[in-house]
Amino acid sequence: MPEHGEVWVFAEVEDGRIIDVALELLGRGRELAQTLGVPLAAVLVGQKIRGLADRLFAHGADIVYGAEHECLAEYTTLPYARVLADLVRERQPEIVIYGATPLGRDLAPRVASTLKTGLTADCTDLQIGSYESGGRVYQHKLLQIRPAWGGNIIATIVSPEHLPEMATVREGVMRIPEPVNGRTGTYLEVPVMPCAEDVKVSVLERKTHPRRVDLRAAATIVAGGYGMGSKENFGLIHELAGVLGAAVGGSRAAVDAGFIHADHQVGQTGTTVRPKLYIACGISGAVQHRAGMEESAKILAINIDPEAPIFGVAHYGIVGDAREAIPRLIKALRGKL
Amino acid sequence: MPLRIIVLGKQVPDTKNVTGEVMKPDGTVNRAALAAIFNPEDLNALEMGLQLKERCGGEVIVMTMGPPRAAEILRDSLCRGADRVILLSDRRFAGADTLATSYTLAQAITTHLSPFDLVICGRQAIDGDTAQVPPQLAEKLGIPQVTYVEQVLECGDGRLRLRRDLGRSEEIVEASLPLLMTVPRTANHPRWPDARLLLKYRHARSGFEIEAEAKRRGKSVDETLDYLRTKGLFIESWGVEHIGADLARVGLGGSPTKVKKVDSVVLKGRDLRFFPPTDAGVKELIAELIEERTFV
Repeated sequence: MPEHGEVWVFAEVEDGRIIDVALELLGRGRELAQTLGVPLAAVLVGQKIRGLADRLFAHGADIVYGAEHECLAEYTTLPYARVLADLVRERQPEIVIYGATPLGRDLAPRVASTLKTGLTADCTDLQIGSYESGGRVYQHKLLQIRPAWGGNIIATIVSPEHLPEMATVREGVMRIPEPVNGRTGTYLEVPVMPCAEDVKVSVLERKTHPRRVDLRAAATIVAGGYGMGSKENFGLIHELAGVLGAAVGGSRAAVDAGFIHADHQVGQTGTTVRPKLYIACGISGAVQHRAGMEESAKILAINIDPEAPIFGVAHYGIVGDAREAIPRLIKALRGKL
Repeated sequence: MPLRIIVLGKQVPDTKNVTGEVMKPDGTVNRAALAAIFNPEDLNALEMGLQLKERCGGEVIVMTMGPPRAAEILRDSLCRGADRVILLSDRRFAGADTLATSYTLAQAITTHLSPFDLVICGRQAIDGDTAQVPPQLAEKLGIPQVTYVEQVLECGDGRLRLRRDLGRSEEIVEASLPLLMTVPRTANHPRWPDARLLLKYRHARSGFEIEAEAKRRGKSVDETLDYLRTKGLFIESWGVEHIGADLARVGLGGSPTKVKKVDSVVLKGRDLRFFPPTDAGVKELIAELIEERTFV
């Protein structure tokens, strides 16, 4: 028996496509698997999924487990959880990680409870390390790192005596590895029992509405906060974004105040972004917000309060009223660009 | 079709209002300095339970697991219209992670509240933000779960038709009872405590509180207990023995996950350059950004 089991990534599929967070997890999963000296596997569940495996191989999977059945065409909790729990029992992986999407956060706890193992939600980092307790040292454990207490602290969680070690990981915090075209691996078909027993919930209708904005793909983001003062003033954010060809973001306070739709929210409960330039206007920079944007390559903060925490993560600062500074920026940019 | 509805609530520190004073120098949180509140989304769960009861008939039972102080949110629940409240409190429950918590809750429900039709939970609690307990509880109860329920479209005939909001998509699902569902903050506006109920239930007390008060006033516990019981003001509290829990599966010892360490969030000290909020300052800034090829 090898010393460790495999590292698994749950490859979530939406509208026939593997979603980005699954590829992000393959990047980190590759590193974890290398440290443990084990293969990296992806788990695909659904209908007509065989064709998706190549993309997983290209992004680093050595093995793809494919569980295919018509009753798995649409996600419902019980059949998916059963398929996954059965596969874990049979193959005994060391680690299983999921994207912390609405689906992942519905599925992973159900699986963890079935397997009576540990699970950590919404991690922002995963590493392999040791854990000491009661005079015992546990080697090669998954360190599950996540913000807690509304983002005010960072906790490192371990599951020392239970396998598999499981975690869900925030979307957007890890980088998608460069795909290697033509890279291949082993595709293993997983036999699936029909779902009759566990059809307790049926989906009558499903509508996907495209997001109003794709903040993760934006190279430049202009974001406004409560300091903009009103929805009318928030128009300045849109105007500056228009000049720069940037996407519009907002802080939680701006969303709660009705200045902007929740799809635009940057931060812990919104989207995690890392654009080339992030312009924060009238955003004080609560930890919840900073957690979602501090990895941006360059940050320009405009705030009337020189003590605002946003300046703690910024590269450029303007201390002044954003409502006066933005029109100046727009004017100057129109002259330059 | 009268429904037996169990709503789960949690008393949480108000993490949305963490200030400098609340953080200790070692970066940990001074729990005592934070106000304890009714977890916001659990109020949405309670509201959904109360509305369902008004629509379909039945009763709403609110249960919480926590220290004796958590009776505060149970009094609040009674004042908002709950029919019955239960405090799960025992020192041996302390330190539980989500798996041990879901086991304890499931044990209480199966031993004393079955049969039931619905368990309703808030989407997640603001101290841990994990959203893990509800699906784990549903698994332990052997019932299906529907998370992120915005609206109950129809109830009746042992089934519910529900609308879920998954951010990027929306679903209409039909689910058979018994069922567990979770409710996000966008689902409804929780009602305020009712003035008439407030007058009555502010006197409701748990066994822990009765003991403490009796000691302070030099009265006998039994006397107070009898009085509160006859008035319907006694808050039941259950411990390990009452729910027949396996000690190896509750509290810290029953939790597979352990906290290795906790760090405070440190701002990344950066070279920060300030520019004056003038036309000249803004021009200088833009020249700099262009030079560094920050605009793409």
